[in-house]
Amino acid sequence: MTFVPILVLALGTYAFRISGTLLRGRMEVPERIRELLSMAAIVLLVAVVATSALMTGHQFAGFALPLGVAVGGVLAWRKAPFVVVVVVAAATTALLRLAGLS
Amino acid sequence: MWRTLDKDLVRGVGALAAAVAVNGLSFGAISVAAALPLWVPVAMSLLVFAGSSQYLVVGVVAAGGSPVAAVLGGLVLNSRHLPFGLAIGQVVGDRLATRLLGSHLLVDESVAFALSQKDSKQARSAFWLCGGALFVSWNVSVVIGALAGQLVSNPNALGLDAVFPAAMLALVLPALKDRTTLGAALAGAAVALATTPFLPTGLPVLLSLAGLLVTLTSPSKRDRDAAQPARTAAGGGKSGEADQS
Repeated sequence: MTFVPILVLALGTYAFRISGTLLRGRMEVPERIRELLSMAAIVLLVAVVATSALMTGHQFAGFALPLGVAVGGVLAWRKAPFVVVVVVAAATTALLRLAGLS
Repeated sequence: MWRTLDKDLVRGVGALAAAVAVNGLSFGAISVAAALPLWVPVAMSLLVFAGSSQYLVVGVVAAGGSPVAAVLGGLVLNSRHLPFGLAIGQVVGDRLATRLLGSHLLVDESVAFALSQKDSKQARSAFWLCGGALFVSWNVSVVIGALAGQLVSNPNALGLDAVFPAAMLALVLPALKDRTTLGAALAGAAVALATTPFLPTGLPVLLSLAGLLVTLTSPSKRDRDAAQPARTAAGGGKSGEADQS
């Protein structure tokens, strides 16, 4: 593996990042579009959550992972502190795996 | 601007940075185990700074795949940063230099932290604190992991793979109180999950944007207005009134 592929990935990724932030600075965005953009970011983030909680690669991740995340989700919904949400989610998944659930 | 930081935010970022550090240790270790020289994970972490695409590249190369395929996959995966920038560009900063630097810190976590804040000042400090802390913890831990080899050979046994989705879920939850957003997000997640088995990594998450189509049919204007107070500052426009500090 040489430096060129890494550089291409780095420049491409930065291009995605900078074009979003710069475009946003250049244009006057109407209220309706602003709402839609915030919503688009949330939709993407929820899709990231769903796929990283339920899938590993192209397959179902097994039950331990989504169950841990779900427990964290319930705690977050019940307004538990962020640290508690994260630690309990990891602990739940670890314990389920220890108990033999994949 | 740092005065607007509250303790919960600092603690939340600290927890996330710790989890990212463990993740970084394992990324460094995995890269070296895949027979890549030390500088590869280190340079990638500094220059790309997007964990999932880095894992993808190392995974493809370790499996004997071509670097071109690895890079293309990574770029598809990272293309979601464009809509992220469009959504929170005004949170990153007003000056060009600030935006040039801040754009590199645009990652899932910093975007989610910014979107979960009540006003635009807090959103800005949350973005920079989270992005900066994760940049440091990710890069330092990747170096240590690469040097130490198999220090954390299987982070999944510790349930660490649950940290990222659980943290993100906690951050986006308040925004999902808005019915339309919830509908769009659920529809989008369903599309992403249904297509994950068949499509290259990264594409399913992009396709989730199709979930936004539900907003064309659903909004009765009155419901949306009723939900307005719950909206986040990163919507941006109302920052003038929203700033109370």
